[in-house]
Amino acid sequence: MSNRRPYVRSMDGWWKRDPYFIRYMAREVTAVFVAAYAVLLLVGLVRLGQGEAAFNGWLQYLKTPWMLVFHLIVLAVFCYHTWSWFNIMPKTMPIMFVGGKRVQPGAITGTGLAASVIACLAVLFIVRGMS
Amino acid sequence: MADTEKIIEIQVLRYRPEQDKEPVLQSYKVPFTDDMSVLQGLQYIKDYLDETVSFRWSCRMAICGSCGMMIDGKPKLSCKTFLREYYPQGLRVEALAHMPIERDLIVSVEDFVTKLESIKPYIIPKEPRTLEQGEYLQTPQQRDMYEQFSSCINCMLCYAACPQYGLNPKFTGPGVLALLHRYNADSRDGGQAERLGLGYADEGFWGCTAVGYCSEVCPKGVDPANAINQNKMNSAINYFTRFVTPGGADK
Amino acid sequence: MKRSNEPIFWSLFGAGGMLAALIGPALVFITGIAVPFGLFFKPDTMSYAHMLAFSQSWAGKIFVLAVIALFLWHAAHRIHILLHDFGVHAVTAVRVLCYGGAFAGTVIAAYTLLMIKA
Ligand code: SF4
Ligand code: FES
Repeated sequence: MSNRRPYVRSMDGWWKRDPYFIRYMAREVTAVFVAAYAVLLLVGLVRLGQGEAAFNGWLQYLKTPWMLVFHLIVLAVFCYHTWSWFNIMPKTMPIMFVGGKRVQPGAITGTGLAASVIACLAVLFIVRGMS
Repeated sequence: MADTEKIIEIQVLRYRPEQDKEPVLQSYKVPFTDDMSVLQGLQYIKDYLDETVSFRWSCRMAICGSCGMMIDGKPKLSCKTFLREYYPQGLRVEALAHMPIERDLIVSVEDFVTKLESIKPYIIPKEPRTLEQGEYLQTPQQRDMYEQFSSCINCMLCYAACPQYGLNPKFTGPGVLALLHRYNADSRDGGQAERLGLGYADEGFWGCTAVGYCSEVCPKGVDPANAINQNKMNSAINYFTRFVTPGGADK
Repeated sequence: MKRSNEPIFWSLFGAGGMLAALIGPALVFITGIAVPFGLFFKPDTMSYAHMLAFSQSWAGKIFVLAVIALFLWHAAHRIHILLHDFGVHAVTAVRVLCYGGAFAGTVIAAYTLLMIKA
């Protein structure tokens, strides 16, 4: 007769078990802020479609202190998103060789972050030039 | 003269299915020297303090993969971890997370072994060669495509680090998927089509959410997270192009 | 084993994540902080006339749709996983909520942009 009685441990609260998991969850939670920002833009777009008065109302709303606080938080979260996105990037790319040498994880992350800085600056200056 | 002996407290998560309803911590005071591993600490307990404590080990040199356990909450090989790192505060050892505890520090490996077998972890030759034709040649770069993934010692530390496996044991999991990739990425192998059916499933590459902790804890630098996630792109391309590429739909 | 349908959602997630990683911080800074509070840009940068003109061009329409829709799909995928990670087992309900939301947002954005005529 078998005395086996394998014990399965609970997964409740697993993300609190290790700081690594907390960082992972922080990365995933950024999505809530990305969604909130997208919805805000969507509202702006709908307002734009409804005409000048509606759109100006939306613009005025952006100037409230709450919206400033909101956007400061969203900005910080987006920066974290950029960092974590390129940080995990080396794990998502196939092994690559340049000049016979294996491309190191740090190089992939660094290239991604540099591309992001350039892209952000480009957007800022294009928008500044446009108006 | 012998080293002056220090004493360290080792808490062991005990589980004796015939008497314990659930696992309980038991504490032991173990004299140790700076060159002693956690595994040696456990062996001291078994030899001198409590012969009923159960744990697995074999090579005691980080190559057989049998001595993995949670040491202060982190998946580690107990033969490769030193007691001195936990002095003077002491340490807690538990069976590897996410797997059923069989007894004390011993987990059930059935699920892992079944999954390992399912991915055909051996080379399925692309073209059969006779002895006269000689060996299968491979360039250093072709070897680099799979070499790190071939270092796996089946220790399952990555499973104890993977919350997705803990949440859903149907997920094939990091180590086995890394080995799936190890054979698929080998230029001598022709078994890709057979293995990718498993990879392209919800239980395959797609069960991974890129937590990445598996690669952090792996004692052999396998980087299972990379093995899995680099396949998502191919899996997605195959998904969208399978009806227009010859043979694509079978994969 | 059954082939996963994840590639559809994962591709949208990846595209949105990449777009957000590349230009997200700049967009938030422009629309949420700099323009409303008069820094760095001309005060009328986001005026009704300018925004209307922008969304009348095809390039503008595609850009606005890409940002809104891909951000939504990116977020939907992650929130979907997040709920699974937190142990919410109502799989179908979670999917409908997350992906349905992203889909609705995409349709509304596309429709609004199409209705903005030159
Ligand atoms: S991939 Fe690394 S951690 Fe996982 S079983 Fe193999 S050697 Fe152990
Ligand atoms: S005893 Fe073999 S790996 Fe530790």
